[in-house]
Amino acid sequence: MIPFGGAATGKDTVVSEAQRIGGELTAPETEVTEAGEAGGIGGLGKVIWRVFAENKLALVSVGVVVFMFLFCFVGPHIYVTNQTYLVITNVNQVLAHPSAQDWLGTDPNGYDTVGRLMVGGATALEIALLAAGIATVFGVFFGAISGYAGGAVDAVMMRIVDTVLSVPTLFLLIVIAAILHPSFWLIVFIVALAAWLVPARLIRGETLTLRTREYVQAVRAMGGGGGRIVVRHIIPNAVGTIIVNATFQVADAIGLLAALGFLGFGVPAPGTSWGQMLSNGISYAQEGAWWLIYPAGICIILITVSFNYIGDALRDAFEVRLQRR
Amino acid sequence: MVGYLIRRVIQAVIVIIGVCAITFILYHLFPGGTNSEARIILGPRATQPQINLFLAQNGLNKPIWTQFAILVGHVFTFNLGYSYKLNEPVSTIVLQKLPKTVLLVGLAILLTVIVAIPLGIFQVLRRNKPSDYALTTMSFVFYATPTFFLGIVLIEIFAIHWHVFPPEAPQSASVGSILADWRALVLPVVALAAVSIAGFSRYMRSSMMEALTEDYVRTARAKGLSTRRVNYVHALRNALIPIITLLGLTLPAIVSGALITEDVFNYPGMGLAFFNAAINNDFPLLIGTVVVAAMATVVGSLLADILYAVLDPRIRYV
Repeated sequence: MIPFGGAATGKDTVVSEAQRIGGELTAPETEVTEAGEAGGIGGLGKVIWRVFAENKLALVSVGVVVFMFLFCFVGPHIYVTNQTYLVITNVNQVLAHPSAQDWLGTDPNGYDTVGRLMVGGATALEIALLAAGIATVFGVFFGAISGYAGGAVDAVMMRIVDTVLSVPTLFLLIVIAAILHPSFWLIVFIVALAAWLVPARLIRGETLTLRTREYVQAVRAMGGGGGRIVVRHIIPNAVGTIIVNATFQVADAIGLLAALGFLGFGVPAPGTSWGQMLSNGISYAQEGAWWLIYPAGICIILITVSFNYIGDALRDAFEVRLQRR
Repeated sequence: MVGYLIRRVIQAVIVIIGVCAITFILYHLFPGGTNSEARIILGPRATQPQINLFLAQNGLNKPIWTQFAILVGHVFTFNLGYSYKLNEPVSTIVLQKLPKTVLLVGLAILLTVIVAIPLGIFQVLRRNKPSDYALTTMSFVFYATPTFFLGIVLIEIFAIHWHVFPPEAPQSASVGSILADWRALVLPVVALAAVSIAGFSRYMRSSMMEALTEDYVRTARAKGLSTRRVNYVHALRNALIPIITLLGLTLPAIVSGALITEDVFNYPGMGLAFFNAAINNDFPLLIGTVVVAAMATVVGSLLADILYAVLDPRIRYV
């Protein structure tokens, strides 16, 4: 399934390696099944999948996410629209009402709204997944190193997290966007900059308990270095927390991206994102152009709710795994 | 208690120095270094002697640590630079706008607490019944709704269709006259509070559920207290304590939300000033506002933590 794989973009190898070891190390009693069995999250066992599947809302959410990905990435090949250059030959093509030709009408530039939703959604999903992936990988390493090192290093690293967390994110991100003009990768970086803090904190907390475990002591006794312990033993054992949090990070990234786009700091034209579409559409609300506002807004809500539900269900599933151990 | 307070205040000061460091990094993010920073303020036609004078006046030609020390000194003395676009010191502009944003955020927090806590309790009392599920779904949806989208929808419904509330926030200069125009305040406050109501009610629900499983609740039941008394006196009072911490933790998010709400409803607070500064490339005002927003958030979190210590004796003596 796309969403889970996608959330780990950026360092797939590390994550899949982590999952493999995690499966062997932490859950010897749980049935380790072939990858893919657990809905694409790797060999984490049938138990997790079963508890997850019991949650009907989470299954519906997976369906919504899959649909959204198909809509945004496959959709443009089926529902073909012009989204790159402006050729307005007919004044009726601007702000047109929904019709058989343009299912959700057109925007003030004459772009078809359904096609615009696809382009905007693809951008939003790409940025959100990349940002969440980068933030998760960075945050996990930051947190694990901080927690494992302890002492002064830990204190300094965590004060950095505290400081950035205490600044209202949106203010900070907009200053950066205003100084360095927004491009696709700058926005990915900006969203990731806001997203790595929570995983860093969570993984640090987890590391503090994990580093006292016997198997970590054993590695140390056998002469394993700190790097090996962090990468091969601490991070793999925190994989449940990491995956659950990455799911929430995707949801948050979509929200943050929408807010940035709404305030005018989105991807440069002719690209767009759902937030930017809403921001442009608001000027036409009084003229009753509902198709410029509601579809984009509903897309943002649907995908965010879905990722949050999936995250919740995954958390329950991983907690059950912990309880059965 | 005093020891806790001192430790907490020192922590806040460290965070503010960290905020200064972020500000410093922001100033040095300008492509081209200090030279281009001078150009952004003086304009593209500034001559090299003018730029040199500017750098000397602002201490930008000194070693990097001296520059940082100057910046920290400025922040602690509330000297935030000068907005060349508005021809006013940044601190004057911010002091004008800050009370309005504090009012908006304060009202939103008040509404959140008034609505979310009873909602969470209600859900616990009818847990796993249809009304509980319906409210959970609703809070998920509201939690996922971007503030600006909710704002637009509220304007569409209540201002354009039904004409119940005006579409624009109060435009008055003073806090008193803003409050007098309460009808115009309703939509912005609701839009800003909705996300936190959703989050807080879910948190309240789980916090109350947890409190109900505690030993002291069982003891209270065993000694024959009424369910009402157990729920509202024993469980609720303990369940409320984590909510105060949550308040401190979500404050940055609410302040970020205020930025959007002020933009949607054209509310003349700090968020709108910040947004206009971003559009006009008014960098001194832009960065000054970030510093003040961060400091206000740090102070707010500090207050929440102090309140927490006052209410929960277990924290005080750690």
